[in-house]
Amino acid sequence: MWKEELKPSSMETKKLKKVFVEGAIPPEKIAQSVANHQSKTNIGAHSIFLGQIRADKIDGKTVAAIQYTAYEEMAGKVFHEIREAAFAKFDITCAHIYHSLGTVKAGELCLFVFTSSAHRKTAIEATNYFVEEIKAKVPIFGKEIFEDETHQWKVNK
Amino acid sequence: MRVTVKYFGLVAEAKGTNEEVLNLTAPTTAYELKLKCLNPHGIMDQESIQVAVNQNLDENIILKDGDEVALLPPFAGG
Repeated sequence: MWKEELKPSSMETKKLKKVFVEGAIPPEKIAQSVANHQSKTNIGAHSIFLGQIRADKIDGKTVAAIQYTAYEEMAGKVFHEIREAAFAKFDITCAHIYHSLGTVKAGELCLFVFTSSAHRKTAIEATNYFVEEIKAKVPIFGKEIFEDETHQWKVNK
Repeated sequence: MRVTVKYFGLVAEAKGTNEEVLNLTAPTTAYELKLKCLNPHGIMDQESIQVAVNQNLDENIILKDGDEVALLPPFAGG
């Protein structure tokens, strides 16, 4: 029983998890996710990454929001591959990823990565791995909407 | 031979649609289809547009009947 909780079963890692949420990720979701893990006492460290929309100034115009779209079928597959690779690479207890679709205003959250492990280094490294992989490999597209309602397409650096 | 082509982001904006079905009469690679789709629309940086065939990135594959091709602009998640 205890051992099963330490290492997720292959069933658990293989099922496709729902990643996309419509609109901004509410800050309450982060608190709730932490609360949901308090019964898992084999965990000694959580690592959380939160992506927030920046009000970038470009050529005198300010970004008011980003509108996200995705090739959802492929994104689901890629998220799953990243998850499988992360579980193979890091001794994490669990991992949760949420990404926004639709409009997210400046100051709101668009990405929530949450990993847990017995020890901090593993959790921190795993979270970093997830974030870098998501930015590089998942077909998500962002339209930066300026305050004057013009737009440009965002490119990850 | 018919293939479904999906457009995203700035490509969908330039094409004015998210999806179309194209009839191909000669053997065509995914890369050739990309150029055929992008050329009329003045998208300057065509190399930045990746191609997925049936959800796998591969420009060199020769397309088959029923394939789903997606033209993917630079990713911007996170």
